[in-house]
Amino acid sequence: MIKPDATWRELPQGGIIPEGGTAALYETGDWRSKRPVHDKTKCTNCLLCWIYCPDSAILVEDGKVVGIDYTHCKGCGICARECPPKVRAIEMKDESDFE
Amino acid sequence: MAIVEKAAYTGNEAMAEAMRQINPDVVAAYPITPATESVQLFSNFVADGQVNTEFVTVESEHSAMSACSGASAAGARVMTGTSSQGLILMAEMLYIAAGLRCPIILAEVNRALSAPINIHCDHSDTMAVRDAGWIQIFSENAQEAYDNLIQAVRIAEHPEVLLPAMVTTDGFIISHGMEAVELLTDEEVKSFIGQYRATRPLLDVDHPITVGGLDFTDFYFEHRRQIAQAVENARRVIPEIGQEFGRRFGRFYGFIDPYKLDDAELVMVALGSTAGTARATVDGLRTEGIKAGLLKIRVFRPFPAAEIAEALGRAKAVAVMDRSDGLAGCGGPLFAEVRSALYGGKNTPPVVDYIYGLGGRDINVNDLRRVFIDLARLAAGEPVGQLVTYLGVRE
Ligand code: SF4
Ligand code: SF4
Repeated sequence: MIKPDATWRELPQGGIIPEGGTAALYETGDWRSKRPVHDKTKCTNCLLCWIYCPDSAILVEDGKVVGIDYTHCKGCGICARECPPKVRAIEMKDESDFE
Repeated sequence: MAIVEKAAYTGNEAMAEAMRQINPDVVAAYPITPATESVQLFSNFVADGQVNTEFVTVESEHSAMSACSGASAAGARVMTGTSSQGLILMAEMLYIAAGLRCPIILAEVNRALSAPINIHCDHSDTMAVRDAGWIQIFSENAQEAYDNLIQAVRIAEHPEVLLPAMVTTDGFIISHGMEAVELLTDEEVKSFIGQYRATRPLLDVDHPITVGGLDFTDFYFEHRRQIAQAVENARRVIPEIGQEFGRRFGRFYGFIDPYKLDDAELVMVALGSTAGTARATVDGLRTEGIKAGLLKIRVFRPFPAAEIAEALGRAKAVAVMDRSDGLAGCGGPLFAEVRSALYGGKNTPPVVDYIYGLGGRDINVNDLRRVFIDLARLAAGEPVGQLVTYLGVRE
């Protein structure tokens, strides 16, 4: 990990991050103004939302949607849009409606 | 003693020949006059199996520089070529290539920018991207273009530099003008440039890295500071490599190339092919007993301010020849930087700017004589009336 107070002499050249998969460390959940709320009772587990989510925030276990990773979900609404119209298992709600 | 091959080459052919001998891993390019020919000739080498290069045909210069940056980040030695509108279309990616510290080599042919549309030489394109973080080397003729391109590989890939570099020729004047060029052998080029080993290649799956990450207020400034240091390091590396090239092959290179400056009172500062015309002008004036001299600037980025101040230390009047108009309202880019280089030094002679040759307008010995005559008046103490003169335009 790069120290937050690293000087320009200490940082790797070219702005590279000397490891992979670091997006997981970057918490983007607080960018959200709308929150996707998943309804398990309606969901058919077609996994379209999981395919389309740009932040890999749809949590899946054993082929089933088990929830949403709100630490990384930016609230873009793509999952709600891609959920088939006959199902509509994801609803976007105002963040202000929650604590 | 190796047999020296000397043959008739245009600037574009000399560039293509250098590219063949450099044998880069990847070339991604899009054609544009007058640079088309060098990359097209190179694509023949690819088709004929004379190089091992992966040649990527792209749909624009923006894509060309994007592909080059990706390939360079992956760990490849990468080259491309372009000119004018192509360089401008690349502009966004030029900054990114430098910021990602990709040592890409670009064979650039100087050409005017639209509008109006023009395909001939001036330096507007190269000057427009002068702050992109690229090393910029100007060539006076095809021989220099060839030598500079080979040296650029070493400069760009130097571990303390790691910056992209563009080597320029003047459109048509050099790119399509034929002259005798002394080539190195393939082995000589190969041993001079050596093998490129990227320090952190993206394709090294055992040591994964992330390229193109996000930098906010916390790290951006530090990463930009590193680039400034790389440019600073290039100040040392460029003349070192120019000297090594000279020791091995007989042609020495530095930041600047002074001509009859030891006792010169009237000095012209020029970039590119005009230096040849200026040298002939100086020779003519010298036979008349006029102490004229030329300061050719080879490297524009990093800008050799200290070397210029030193070389102009005894001048009584200086004319800067700008083959582009910065449209700053106060002279061209070369003028601004040369004049600034002199400020605070021991000798601050009057410095005036001549914007000339836009869109390929010819410049000849008589035009340059006129400039020296102006300088003689300034050196004699006449006050500087007009700081910026448009030389060769119909008034
Ligand atoms: S709102 Fe966007 S980021 Fe959040 S889970 Fe849905 S698709 Fe992913
Ligand atoms: S798209 Fe809708 S139905 Fe399909 S898995 Fe996601 S929430 Fe369930």
